[in-house]
Order: sequence, then C-alpha cells, then structure tokens
Amino acid sequence: MSPTLFWIFAAITLGFGAATLINRNPVASALSLAVSFLGLAALFTSLSATFIGIVQVLVYAGAVMVLFLFIIMLLDLKAEQRRQVRLSALIGGVVIAGLFASQVVLVLRHFPKGNHEFPPLSLPHPDAVNIGLTLFGHYNLPFQVIGVLILVASIGVVVLSKRELN
Amino acid sequence: MNAILQFLHPLIDPASIPFLLWTTLAKSIGLLCIVLVMVSYTVYAERRVSSLIQDRLGPNRTGFPLSLFGNLFGIKWRDWSPILGGLGQPIADAVKLLLKEEFTPAFVKKFYFWIAPGLGIGAAIVSLAVIPFGSKIWGVDMVIANIDIGPLFVFAISSLGVYGIVLAGWSSNSKYPFLGAVRSTSQLISYELSLGLSVVPLFMIVGKLNLVDLVSYQVQNGWMILPGITAAKPHLPGTLGSYLIIVPILISFIVFTIAMFAETNRLPFDLPEGETELVGGYHTEYSSLKFALFFLGEYTAMITGSSFIVTLFLGAWHFPGIPEGGAPSLAGLLLGFVNIGVFFVKVIAFLLFFIAIRWTLPRFRYDQLMKLGWIYFFEIALVNIFLTALILAFVP
Amino acid sequence: MAYKVSRPNLTFAEKIYLPSVLAGLRITLGHLWRMLRGKTHVVMQYPEEKWDSHLPEYYRGAPTLVRDEHGRTRCVSCQLCEFICPPRAIRIKPGEIPAGDKFGKVEKYPAEFDIDMLRCIYCGLCQEVCPEQAIFLQKQYALTGTARTQLMHNKEKLLEMGGIKTGLVNKWNEKK
Repeated sequence: MSPTLFWIFAAITLGFGAATLINRNPVASALSLAVSFLGLAALFTSLSATFIGIVQVLVYAGAVMVLFLFIIMLLDLKAEQRRQVRLSALIGGVVIAGLFASQVVLVLRHFPKGNHEFPPLSLPHPDAVNIGLTLFGHYNLPFQVIGVLILVASIGVVVLSKRELN
Repeated sequence: MNAILQFLHPLIDPASIPFLLWTTLAKSIGLLCIVLVMVSYTVYAERRVSSLIQDRLGPNRTGFPLSLFGNLFGIKWRDWSPILGGLGQPIADAVKLLLKEEFTPAFVKKFYFWIAPGLGIGAAIVSLAVIPFGSKIWGVDMVIANIDIGPLFVFAISSLGVYGIVLAGWSSNSKYPFLGAVRSTSQLISYELSLGLSVVPLFMIVGKLNLVDLVSYQVQNGWMILPGITAAKPHLPGTLGSYLIIVPILISFIVFTIAMFAETNRLPFDLPEGETELVGGYHTEYSSLKFALFFLGEYTAMITGSSFIVTLFLGAWHFPGIPEGGAPSLAGLLLGFVNIGVFFVKVIAFLLFFIAIRWTLPRFRYDQLMKLGWIYFFEIALVNIFLTALILAFVP
Repeated sequence: MAYKVSRPNLTFAEKIYLPSVLAGLRITLGHLWRMLRGKTHVVMQYPEEKWDSHLPEYYRGAPTLVRDEHGRTRCVSCQLCEFICPPRAIRIKPGEIPAGDKFGKVEKYPAEFDIDMLRCIYCGLCQEVCPEQAIFLQKQYALTGTARTQLMHNKEKLLEMGGIKTGLVNKWNEKK
C-alpha cells in the first residue's frame, strides 16, 4: 500500500477522533466518530483485511453510531458548557499523557520489527474465509461462550427494563 | 491514481494498472450514465404506471419532438401521444427543480442541512460498485469492484445512507422532519438485520462471499429461485437435497424482498414520509435541488435494491438461450452488451413490481411494522439459516 | 369507556398475508392491463376532448348578462346582485333611460356593469336574487387571461357572453 494513502487515512482517523473529543456539540462528536471509523475501515482494507474493514463500517459506522445519533437526537442534548479547568487537573493530565506517550515510544523502539516494511500478505483464502476458519475452528469454544454471554446479557437487559413483568 | 489502485489491490501487478484504470473509469461512468437515466425514467414510470393502475393516463404531454411538431410527416402523433408522449417529462421535471428557489429556512443547522441530501444519494450510488451488471466485454468483468465481500459492502454502504435521513430530520429543526427521521432510523436499523440474515443461506450454498462467484454459480446451476433455468444443464438436478434447498431460498427471497421494500422506504413501509401524517417526512423543509437529491436518492436506492435482488436471486445477467459474452470477437462483444441489457431488463421488471406493490398494499401501522421486522422476519431469517445448514449437511 | 372489539379468526393463509398480497396485485395489474388495452376510458384528454356537451342545464359557469327578444339589456340596474355578491365581485353604475326612448318605461339601465372574475366564486346568488332574470351563470368555464384586466368582465363582454335569452317573463311589455 502506498504510504501517502496510509498517512491520509491515518490523519482522517486521528483527526476526526480528536474532533470527537474536542467538539462541544454531541451530534458533531458522534459524526466525527463515524468518519473516524470510516478512516479506520480504510486502514483495515489497506492491510488486506477487507472483511474487518467492511464490518467496521457496517457495525460501527452504520449501526452503532446511528443508534448513538438517534439517542442523542431523542434526548435533545445541548452543546456542552465550557468549564473552568483547574491548574492542578491540567498539570496532572499533561503529566499522565506524557508518561503514557513516553512508554509507548520506549516499547516501540524496542519492538524489533517496528520499523521495517512487511511484504503484503498472500493468504490462501479470502480474509472472510480465514476469519471463519479461525473463529469456528480454532476458537470455537470461546466463540460459543461469548455468544452465550451476550445472550445472557441481552436477556438480563430485557428483564431489568421490564420490571413489571409478572 | 496508481497509488489508489495499489492501495485497493495490494497484490496487483503494476504493469496492468493503466489498463485497469481506464476500464474501471469507463465502467463507472457507463454505469452511472445508465443508472442516472434510469432514475429519472423510474420517476416517470412511477407516475405513468401509477396512473394506469388508477385508470388515469398520467403525464403524457411533455414529449420529445413527437408532440412538438404535431402532425409531422403526415403521421398523427396525437394518436400515439397517450402512449409515447410524456417521455420528455423527466427533463421538464429536472429543469423545474433546478429553477426553483433554493430556500434554506432560518433556523436549520446549516452545515448538516446541506450535507444531508448528498449522503443519501451518495450511499445509494456507491453500493452499485460491487454489483455485477453484465458478464464480460472483451474479457473485462462487468463489475466495477470485484471484491470478496460484495454483499457486506452493499449492506455497509447502504447503512451509511441512514445518516442522510437522520441528519436531514434533525437539522431541519422542525417536528415533522424529525418524526420522519426517527421513524426512518428505527425502521432501517430493524430491517437491516433481516436483510443481512436472509441472504446468508445463498452464500452458504455457493460457499463464497463474492457476487461474481454467486452469479457464475447461478449461470451453471440455474437461478437461485428458479433452479433448472440454465443454459449449461437444461434439466433439473436429480438429488433430493437440490430440491429441498429451494424452500430456504424461497423463504429468504420473500424475506429479502420485503425487507428491501422497508429499506428503500417504499410503500407499504413508507412511514418515514407518510404524507398524511408527516407532511413530507424528513425532507419537508427541503426545496429545489436539495429536495431533488433526496428524491433521486430514494429512486437510486430502489434501483440499487432491485439490482441487488436480481443479482442474488434472479440470475443477474443470465437468461436461458443467451450465452455469455466476453470473447474477443464481434459476437462476444455484442453478447456482452446483450447480457448487460438482460440485467437491466430484469431490474426494470423488478422496479415495475415495486410500483405495482405501491398501489396494492396500504401503509402498515408503526407497531405492525416493528413487530413484522423484529418478531417475524428476524426469527424467520435466523431459522432459515439453520434450515439451510441442516439441508446442506444432512441431505445429499 | 373502553370496549372490546371482537377480532375475526384468521386462517393460516390470511395470517401469512402473502395470498392477499397476490390477490391485491391481481386487481392492480388487472387495472393496468385493461388500461393498456384501452378498455377503460375514465379520464378526458382535456384540450382535445371537452365535456361541454355533457354539461347539465344547471351548470354554473361564468355569470353573464342577457338580452331579451327586443335586444334590450334585461338588467334594470337594481343592484341587488351587487349587494348579495359574497366576494363583492360585481360593480354596477346605474344609468337613466330617457322618457322618450323605446324602452323609456323601464327607466333604468346599467351604465357600467363589471364583474371581477378573479373574485367571483360562481355561487350563483346573483342569478338567484335577480328580479329581472337578467343575470345567468352559463356554461363558460374556461376563463383565461394573460393579464388581470382581461378577467375584469365589463358590460359589453358580459352581454356578448350572455347572448339573447328568450322565453322569460317579460313584465315590462305589459306595463303601460
């Protein structure tokens, strides 16, 4: 893949990710997050992981964010008020962020393969098939367990939200 | 440009890039031209067919030279005008919409109000990229992007179309558009589930998640809902499993078609824009070109939906007796175009079905709509997958 | 008070709804097919086909002034129509017929009689109220103009549209 495109999509992903936090209007935040997901999907696609990229769009940008947007609009949230930032909180935030950033840099510098290019993957199957084989072959049991877990969670939600169930 | 192609197909041979580039460009432009003309004439057909169903005539005046010159060459065009006249109507409509006042109400959220119409039509057009609309012309596949996860791509992009509706309703800052948008969002999200689940059996049968492979499977084994219609093997398959498999396919065809009606906001599922309840739904505050974009987006979505159904269930460009084109000869070239024609004829037939259904069924009540989507279709589609799996696994 | 509506018991075919969809499609497509074969003729192609010959006698088109057999404008300018007209579309300026005139005993005639057809609502009250049977709503319905002034019908225009109407009560002839 071409590095220019990588940088463009990385910039889109990160830029709109930042915009999600910076925007005071909740709708604008949600939309920025959706665009950020689209950039992420393009990055996945560029790694030959078309399936994950498209599912990213389908599930996150297409369904989850629409639901978010839906709820934001239904609740009619107003733009967030600007607050006074305390100096101690600011300093604390900068220090923690700096520590985290330096840790990431340290780890990446010692990561042996961090700075040379990988050859493009040549897989025997399309990536959807690979994911299927991995998920339903190697990780079948965890997959089923997670499925049951999600089922239990959704039943729990139904029970909790319908308190007057006889 | 080369970078984009390298990006999209990392494994591609750099030498073939210029060829790929101009064929893709030609295919995109060609498909866009066909589809946009089809969109405008779908609007016209909608009006004409609706009128005919209601024992009216519909727009039959705005003609091409036919009705302009009156009795030219001694032929009385007037006798033909109830049938042929009105073919210029889409142009007149377009001119009317272009010349209307571009009005933006004062209290709308301008930015979102302006981008919303584009999102709808953009999503509908982009989904067409993976639809194989023809066999081959001179060895080039008649599909813009032959990717391995075609149906997922269509679902993903068309799910982005919801943003257009949601933003339009919200940014209009008015109650009717908002109600329309809320209805539309919940309807689209609900029916996306059954839409996605109902096609799973097809890909279980074919074993590949690629629309071109699906089409070639149908060419060899007959159309999905009409097995046996094939040029290669003009006899029905013999095994029990191949007969039983028709049941889940029919179920998924019905569920998919109805869910597609809901996804395209067509009657009987047009609650987002129920005129009697919501004035115009999410586009109430829009006028002129912005309204036109919504309008065209809706019809483009109809065409995309029909092409998708045709590709999945009705054998795409295949028709018994018409061989596959693509050989580098004049005959192959012509056959390639004939195949494209067959595809679009099927799409048009399905669009007419869309229109006929519109005047057949009354609008659902909202709770009925949700019940149908969540309680019936979702379950039916899920059970259908199990049924297919059982047949594929245990019946030879 | 809420009351219970008894719901019909549906058969399986009715419950899955698809057979009724097909039945409905048959009806709509039947209409389409009959229309395509030209079997149905419900609408008229307006400028070519007009419904003039089908108009009933009591049709209320544009109000017009009529003359009697002797060519006299039947209107005597009593202004009742002007007073009753709900949208106030009628303006009458009365004039006097000189005593020596052929119709001198009628005494009054409309010097000006204007009906603003942009205001007229075709209610027919003027016709109903007229003691002289001078104003009639006749069958002209296609009134068009390229300027507002063209739809201000003056006396000449109204008389021209109205023509001569015979067989009405001519009370002035008997009057000495």
